[in-house]
Amino acid sequence: MDEPQGPDSAKGAQAASMTSPSLPGKVARVLLPLAALGVMVWFILARGASLSPVQAPPIEELTFERVVFRTNPSEIIATVRNTGPLPLTVGQVEISEAIWDYSITPSPTIPRLGRAVVSVAYPWVEGEPHGVTLITSTGFKFSHEVVVALETPEINTTYMLFFTGIGIYVGVIPVFLGLLWFPFLRSLGRTWLDALLAFTMGLLVFLGVDALHEALEIGERVAGVFQPVALVVLGTAGSFLLLVAIDRHFRKSGPASASSEGLVLSYLIATGIGLHNLGEGLAIGAAYTLGEMAMGSFLVLGFTIHNTTEGLAIVAPIARGGAKLKHLALMGLIAGVPTIAGAWIGGFTYSDLWSLLFLAVGAGAVFQVVYALGRILLGKLHETGGLSFPSLAGLAGGFAIMYLTALLVAS
Amino acid sequence: MDPGKFLSHFDYGKVVEERPNGTSVREYELIAEDKEILVAPGVYYPAWVFNGTVPGPTLRCREGDLLRVTFRNASKHDHTIHFHGIHPANMDGVYEIVPTGGSYTYEYVAEPFGLFLYHCHVMPLRKHISKGLYGAFIVDPPEPREAAREMVMVMNGFDVDFDGENEFYTVNGVANYYLQPGREVKLKTGELVRVYLANLTEFDLINSFHIHANVFRLYRTGTRLDQYEVTDTVMLCQGERSVLEFSYKYPGKYLFHAHQSEFAELGWSGIFEVSAHG
Repeated sequence: MDEPQGPDSAKGAQAASMTSPSLPGKVARVLLPLAALGVMVWFILARGASLSPVQAPPIEELTFERVVFRTNPSEIIATVRNTGPLPLTVGQVEISEAIWDYSITPSPTIPRLGRAVVSVAYPWVEGEPHGVTLITSTGFKFSHEVVVALETPEINTTYMLFFTGIGIYVGVIPVFLGLLWFPFLRSLGRTWLDALLAFTMGLLVFLGVDALHEALEIGERVAGVFQPVALVVLGTAGSFLLLVAIDRHFRKSGPASASSEGLVLSYLIATGIGLHNLGEGLAIGAAYTLGEMAMGSFLVLGFTIHNTTEGLAIVAPIARGGAKLKHLALMGLIAGVPTIAGAWIGGFTYSDLWSLLFLAVGAGAVFQVVYALGRILLGKLHETGGLSFPSLAGLAGGFAIMYLTALLVAS
Repeated sequence: MDPGKFLSHFDYGKVVEERPNGTSVREYELIAEDKEILVAPGVYYPAWVFNGTVPGPTLRCREGDLLRVTFRNASKHDHTIHFHGIHPANMDGVYEIVPTGGSYTYEYVAEPFGLFLYHCHVMPLRKHISKGLYGAFIVDPPEPREAAREMVMVMNGFDVDFDGENEFYTVNGVANYYLQPGREVKLKTGELVRVYLANLTEFDLINSFHIHANVFRLYRTGTRLDQYEVTDTVMLCQGERSVLEFSYKYPGKYLFHAHQSEFAELGWSGIFEVSAHG
């Protein structure tokens, strides 16, 4: 194969000069494509719709973010967001298929991704469905159905205490109940402790999958422009990677004793479960606000039983090494208290978008703990030649018990 | 009051004065409240009622009578009473909204004669009607109609799941009431029957009435005594009324029902049980 030498060496020289340009040269090379993109954007904006051979009517898109019911005087207040490609103007408002006077702030014309609040003085009927419909100046119609109208909780002491109480019932107390297993766990042998870690892992996988499912379900209600599925992935992966980094940092800097490693892991589990419980609190608060759930004692009972297993998960890694009481108390608080915060947020300022994010972040945190537990359990595989039967049974048992206790609260 | 009694119960009010020209001063009291009522066997509905029932009591008077209707609102929502017929604007029950705990007296001379209505006229109207705030209002002519077995039939519907569609259709408030054994409407052969028929059905455009094995004289709105048509089926728009007269020639059981099969099978059916006279 005879190849001419000249051009090749010329290329080589060029390549060499490309690898080490001066600083201004570097900047110019970064900016050149951006400048070209700018020209392109200008071209498209200037030409506008004439790029398309057909003049299609604009597609408008409006998303209901929140509908609030007030009494004295009776009022329905809807917060909407323009999630379409162009500004739109609200022309008429109908409540349950009848035209009503309304006020809209800041303006009837809502820019792309802008928000507006529509207030209608309407004598709504407690416990009955109400439809809110906005009709735009071009005749597009956007509706939101509230299945059961209930007065929206306002931030006051009564509701603060109510949501705090619910949070304590379903979040804090159950986690501490689970922690009471700690003395018993300390009496277990190594095989059974491994089985317990496996059990915790199964339990957490269930929680993680559950949170992801929930987040994706909420995503179906979130406007497409916010790319809900991508947001779930972002939240989950982001929290997962962040916690892996934190875990690494602690294990590198701290003394590498087995007990301190267990303690770090326990704290991470508590954090993961705390984030998960924040999502749970959100769901409860929101469900109460949206009137989609009768907060019966049965449901509170279900969450209590379901969440008691979470306390068990937290103490599993420290059962062998032991831990001070203050650590246990702190972990219980980290895992349980976010339920209260969640119930507040869900009850007073529910938003699908934030709920989705919280749930996704919670899922990522839970999966990080699964990963950490997996490293411990699987790290022993070469010694033992595979997971022991108690461990396998524990893993399966973790799924099963979460599934069974979740039956109490599933709808 | 069950539909059996409601059928032939007319509230003539309390006559407080009989005037020289033959007319009277009558006082009525209507109280609006929120109440669970039976709308079909085994099914209850959180209604808004006048005097405890849906439909409300059938008010009755004579043309030229001075009426004084005291309305008290014991419901959690604003209400009014809007009468059909001729009266001054401030007696029309549209702008004089009566809040919870409030009252208002409607006072006017009843005219003309015919079969009218009363109902709440607070917005959203559809809600206030469908919840049950309505009743029939009969103004008799100065010279009474021919003596007859008289009954009122208010056709309505109930949207028990609040989805904007009726689950049940009834006459006088309970689905299939007059269809049940022992609750048939008892008549005699040759007896003149007069039905004051009103349509208060919400959500559906029309309702209708059909009798079996017979025809009736149809006096639209009951405002003329000498003009009628003869038919066996009448269709009424929401709020429309008619006075029907007929008598049965042969004894036996005869169905009467909406001639929309859907309504007939969702509760709007009944039986005239006609026995031989005498």
